[in-house]
Amino acid sequence: MNDQQGLGPSPVVEMRGITIEFPGVKALDGVDLTLRAGEVHALMGENGAGKSTLIKILTGVYQHSAGTVRVAGKDVHFGSTADSQAAGISTVYQEVNLCANLSVAENIMLGNEVRRGPFIDWAATRRAAREHLARLGLDLDPRSSLDSHSLAVQQLCAIARGMVVRPRVLILDEPTSSLDKAEVAELFRVVRALRDEGVAILFVSHFLDQVYEISDRMTILRNGQLVSEHRTSELSRLDLVQAMVGRAGEILADVSERAARVAAAEHDRTSPVLTAQGLGRPGSAAPFDLDLFKGEIVGVAGLLGSGRTELARLLFGADKPAEGTLSVQGDTRSPTPLVSLRRGVVYSSEDRKKEGIIGDLTVRENIALALQAGRGPLRRIPAKELDEVVERYLAALQIRPANPDALVRNLSGGNQQKVLLARWLATQPKVLILDEPTRGIDVGAKAEIQKLVTELADQGLSVMFISSELEEVVRISERILVLRDRHVAGEIHNGPDVTVDSVLETIAGRAS
Amino acid sequence: MSAPTAARAPRAAAPQPRRPSLLADLRRVTRHQLFWPVAALVVLVLACGVYSPGFLDVTIKDDHLFGQPIDILRQSVTPLLLGLGMCLVIATGGIDLSVGAVMAISLAVSLTYIDATGPGTGTALVAVAIGLVTALLIGAFNGFLVTALGIQPFIATMILMVAGRGIAMLVTEGQITTTASPAFKSIGSGFVLGVPTPVVIGAVVFVLVTVLVRRTALGMLVESIGINREASRLAGVRARGLEWSVYAICGLLAGLAGLVYGAPTMAADANNIGLMKELDAIMVVVLGGTRLDGGKFSLAGVVVGSLLLTTIERAVIIFHIPSQVTPLFKALVLIIVCLAASERLRKAVTGAVGRLVPARPQEAS
Repeated sequence: MNDQQGLGPSPVVEMRGITIEFPGVKALDGVDLTLRAGEVHALMGENGAGKSTLIKILTGVYQHSAGTVRVAGKDVHFGSTADSQAAGISTVYQEVNLCANLSVAENIMLGNEVRRGPFIDWAATRRAAREHLARLGLDLDPRSSLDSHSLAVQQLCAIARGMVVRPRVLILDEPTSSLDKAEVAELFRVVRALRDEGVAILFVSHFLDQVYEISDRMTILRNGQLVSEHRTSELSRLDLVQAMVGRAGEILADVSERAARVAAAEHDRTSPVLTAQGLGRPGSAAPFDLDLFKGEIVGVAGLLGSGRTELARLLFGADKPAEGTLSVQGDTRSPTPLVSLRRGVVYSSEDRKKEGIIGDLTVRENIALALQAGRGPLRRIPAKELDEVVERYLAALQIRPANPDALVRNLSGGNQQKVLLARWLATQPKVLILDEPTRGIDVGAKAEIQKLVTELADQGLSVMFISSELEEVVRISERILVLRDRHVAGEIHNGPDVTVDSVLETIAGRAS
Repeated sequence: MSAPTAARAPRAAAPQPRRPSLLADLRRVTRHQLFWPVAALVVLVLACGVYSPGFLDVTIKDDHLFGQPIDILRQSVTPLLLGLGMCLVIATGGIDLSVGAVMAISLAVSLTYIDATGPGTGTALVAVAIGLVTALLIGAFNGFLVTALGIQPFIATMILMVAGRGIAMLVTEGQITTTASPAFKSIGSGFVLGVPTPVVIGAVVFVLVTVLVRRTALGMLVESIGINREASRLAGVRARGLEWSVYAICGLLAGLAGLVYGAPTMAADANNIGLMKELDAIMVVVLGGTRLDGGKFSLAGVVVGSLLLTTIERAVIIFHIPSQVTPLFKALVLIIVCLAASERLRKAVTGAVGRLVPARPQEAS
């Protein structure tokens, strides 16, 4: 749609032969990337393909060991993020990287405050912040604390912050993973406006629709190596997916088939594994009833902020229920994380970074954590037993690198997610609550995780599957709980006539 | 997986697999967190030996070991005991400023009991027990403030840092309680198989704590709390209970340090016992490579840190450094060690060297 640019918008950024290694991981090997003024360039690849690493080199977070970076025709070597920013490169990272306890204005203008002599002119700073927000079509009180806003709004603030310096290059790393449709459209409007002003934009997203909608060109990486560069208009989706992952299509077909089989299998519906009656907590989730049976996958659908996460947290005891009862195979103790863990209910949080991984510990220790916590601190898991568990899950979940001594923070998002799954599965749970297990990870890893979930259900595990991506929920769930305004608004029994659209209708409240 | 050693080896890329191994080994050794503290320790000891011949001599008198190295070992026990507890507290992301005051309290309690009861061996044992239990309770109180009431560790433990000496004064009724008990005194000045008792106590405690922390999963769980508390809680780790016990252990060890430190003089001077020792404790923890913001910790590092700190204090005397500038000398050595161990500085230096001698010329700074 916007391919009227000729062959040669001038390259703003040229990266050639970029190579970098981490202990135990060769993250990038001779990768090239060219960004041109007035173009939106998509960086595509599976998790662990090296997208984030390449971006971090461009932003000065990491230093490459070989290769060259040229910005506007000049060789540069970024020793720090400040160097990169000085060269006109601005970034919005995948996970919201702001200070939640500062105000919106402070977050947006941090480091770029309007000054009067040595002092900060707060009134002018707030005014400037408001203007930057207005450019994104946001009307927020710049004085309000950032954490009083939803994750989506925080993400938009991060983007507003990235635009404050009038960058030559704007990097958007998974900017849309927590935005709804209208917000994405809003963001794209801004992105197009910036592109037309001549900004070079690097866009990373796992949503293929969005990539095709917004990007002019794409660079594809796989396993830390360059696959190819294409004009978006000249590459079909099928070719793209094949270039990125190759095998994901087959896996997804397998998932659908298996999910259908799991759903068709007759479950023992007489005694639920988990029963919630009137479970609720004011301001979190309205009282709800739920029966979860052995071997079934229950999807949870609803808009951001509809109470999906809150419901899961109550079932696990991450938040203390204020009312109602929860019974797990007859055990009615009030849930706490440890109680739940010991009776076989585990919860994988949507916030991988804050509530999931222990970044500075190794893969082995991260996998061992819940198992060890269940046994108590004094009964250490024997090294041999632990090695077996770790080896088993490294292989079963295809965690890359398959090195138990690698630090978890050096792994890609999808692999971190798999490590977390391994942590929970190692405790041999009966009920697995997965909150956005596929957020911010690529098509291939998404397919693998869905496949794993259906396999686990096949083996008798009850799974609660929460996801913003309705395709996934519809693909693998046997039943779908629909949440609206912190209520359970309906329950859909999945079948051939249930589609994403029909679930959306229930979410919107037009049918039930 | 292949060995993940030569991470950023400047383009020593593949071809000859064996050749860079020595270099890689060397690099691995120098990157070990304890390399620089140990190096500083060795250099200081050797310097003292050169400056003052006989410094390194250890003699045996009446089957007891004597000499400057033995004195250093003996004196390093106080920072060691404090540092071991502090190290665990710091690993959870906390800090305990009260350890110096706890030393004063436990000693005051023990000596007051002896003063009131008499000099017998049984009395001494009971006195030690009461002193330690008091210290344990104080540690538990700190833990209560931090975990149950959610007060920030710095403030919570500052309460007792300030109030603790007052409590010790109450116990001794404002006096410097001096008393006599040969059994109690031997804790500080006796010998076991020729080795000074404090050194034996320090070694035994180090082994006990190490076993407690590393042979169980305590250490890993404490690290996990220090790195990411919420994620640990959701993984079923009882963060509060663990944190509480860590403060209790820290208090207990501080109490023991007070007894060992005060035993040779048998004088409970509430105003001066353990004064500023909390800072020594924090220093030896940091010297040993444990970061103040919690997470990974090294108990062996505490041993090295304690020895280094004590050796510095001894070197000041050996070198006849005027007492006015003693703190300056101490600070200099500490700064050098910290800088040498700093990863950021190393990167900046290797980066600068790399840019001076590049494979290809690069113009930008």
